Amino acid sequence: MSQDNGLLVDVRGVDKVFKRGAEKIHVLGGLDLEIPEGEFLALMGPSGSGKSTLLNLIGGLDKPTQGEVHVAGKRIDKLSDRKLASWRARHVGLVFQFYNLLPVLSAARNVELPLLLTRLNSKQRKQQVDTAMTIVGLSHRMKHYPRTLSGGEQQRVGIARAIVTDPTLLLCDEPTGDLDRKAGDEVLELLQTLNESQGKTIVMVTHDPHAAARASRTLYLDKGQLGEEPIE
Amino acid sequence: MINWLTQIVSVTKFSLQSLPERKGAALSAIFGIAGVVAVLVGVLSIAQGIRLMVQNSGEPENAIVLRSGSDSEMMSGFSGQQAEIVSEAPGIARWEQGAMASPELFVIINLPKRSTGTDANVPLRGVSLAAFEVRSNLEITQGRMFQWGLAELVVGAGASREFTGLELGSSIEVGGEQWPVVGIFEAGGGIAEGEIWADAAVVQPAYRRGNSYQSVYTKLTSTDAYSEFKDALTTDPRLNVKVAQATEFYSEQSTLLRSIIIGLGSIIAGLMGLGAIFGALNTMYTAVSARTREIATLRALGFKSGPVVISVLFESLLLALVGGLIGGGLAYVAFDGFRAATINFQSFSQIAFAFDVNATLLKNGILYAALIGLVGGLFPALRAARMPVAAALREG
Ligand SMILES: Nc1ncnc2c1ncn2[C@@H]1O[C@H](COP(=O)(O)OP(=O)(O)O)[C@@H](O)[C@H]1O
Ligand SMILES: [Mg+2]
Repeated sequence: MSQDNGLLVDVRGVDKVFKRGAEKIHVLGGLDLEIPEGEFLALMGPSGSGKSTLLNLIGGLDKPTQGEVHVAGKRIDKLSDRKLASWRARHVGLVFQFYNLLPVLSAARNVELPLLLTRLNSKQRKQQVDTAMTIVGLSHRMKHYPRTLSGGEQQRVGIARAIVTDPTLLLCDEPTGDLDRKAGDEVLELLQTLNESQGKTIVMVTHDPHAAARASRTLYLDKGQLGEEPIE
Repeated sequence: MINWLTQIVSVTKFSLQSLPERKGAALSAIFGIAGVVAVLVGVLSIAQGIRLMVQNSGEPENAIVLRSGSDSEMMSGFSGQQAEIVSEAPGIARWEQGAMASPELFVIINLPKRSTGTDANVPLRGVSLAAFEVRSNLEITQGRMFQWGLAELVVGAGASREFTGLELGSSIEVGGEQWPVVGIFEAGGGIAEGEIWADAAVVQPAYRRGNSYQSVYTKLTSTDAYSEFKDALTTDPRLNVKVAQATEFYSEQSTLLRSIIIGLGSIIAGLMGLGAIFGALNTMYTAVSARTREIATLRALGFKSGPVVISVLFESLLLALVGGLIGGGLAYVAFDGFRAATINFQSFSQIAFAFDVNATLLKNGILYAALIGLVGGLFPALRAARMPVAAALREG
């Protein structure tokens, strides 16, 4: 899947400008980022610095104003919205701060969602769901609805949904931001395991240095640029 | 493509499953649309009822003779001698008593309506012997026939229902005297059921009409005899008359009324429909915005926007159809067979009829509901589809 240079993600000279009415907000300016396959990268930075924006560009949820985004050897910033949707379904697993589970569906049905976009039949889908729920340690919670689960459990369902299609890349936007320390640690433990034993490439946005410590590398975003050191 | 279908089915299922959480808005849309459809079907059933009544009024082999230039019996008039000449025209069927031709008088009397107590015009028809041969579907159902030469009345079932003083055994004032009601008749729901009948020879002096009439009702030997009959009368130098086939005559008599009802009905239903579209629009905008994060999440996972559009439209359509069925059902229960009387602007008198809710009306009402649902769902659906995924995820 990776390019010859071993890079899974290659972001080159990216600008991102939002328009809010007449006002232009320059969020990212000339940003470069290279992520080798198998890395667990933590993105830190002040609130509003553009961490989610960068994650969205890598995940094909948004497009840069300027520059190129390559993932697994494919340039994605020029794809149509339709093509991007299919591309996301195949390559990206998303984990959200507030889990974003569908309240009307059971845990297992939530996890099954991305599989509805594949050609798998229901038996194959059930098997994949079982595997993913077992990996996150929730095989006993299959039939539970999100509102009957704790925050930590809901986030683990979210992670199961993100990995159920075995995506190329796992993108997590403040996955522990809404959890207490203990539940947060369990989630981080899980991500670390996925990275180490399954070789999943993970990009995780976080505010929490304790969480970032679990990653194999941490980058800091400020004033539209990435750096190796935290900015005071 | 199979994939696309799965997406549509599952996205639609999720949206319908979350419907209970949006009960209030959904119910108000349903009942808004039900109200519109009930009114639409109700109003159109009036026009349909009148049409049906008119259809039952005229027999095809009957012809009506009026003075030329008159649009209705009210305006018409000719002498007894001319009526005699008409009765001798070729093509008229015969019975034991001669030609099946009934010279008739048509006057208007005022009676209080049962429903409101206010006075309205009721036609009083003075008929000749052949009248009951010409209208073969006329039948005395209560009491008896009036006696020829006496000041007695028989009353159509519709008129008897609508007006005070027309029940069997009571009497009303005609030309300064009390005339008793001795019988009630039915005429297959036709226009005659809204009239009062008496002997023309007794009505003439009561209204100081001398020996004059306003129309001649005839039964022809067959429908083929019509043109011969018509030509004979219109070319006769002693006469100045026009001839119409009964079916044509009645349907012309009610065209204005029906157009007014259909016109008014369409305007009311149109305005209410517009209101209901905004209701549906509001409901679906609320639904879409309540589900912003959910829809954004699905699209982030890779679901396409087409299925999202279709699911919103489907939900809107479904709510509208439920509303349409409820409204159509209400209209059917409330209006079908409901009896009423209204003024006929062409004769300025009351006609009695029954609302008629039929399958076509119900189908049209439900189609109208579907249209409201689709239009009301379209813009919210497009909004849901056009929301940029990243921005929509931030909103949640
Ligand atoms: N869709 C958008 N429209 C307008 N402004 C946006 C949009 N997305 C993000 N922004 C702005 O871009 C900046 C960076 O946002 P974000 O990437 O969410 O920051 P972070 O995740 O680091 O807190 C903020 O000022 C935010 O208001
Ligand atoms: Mg953020």
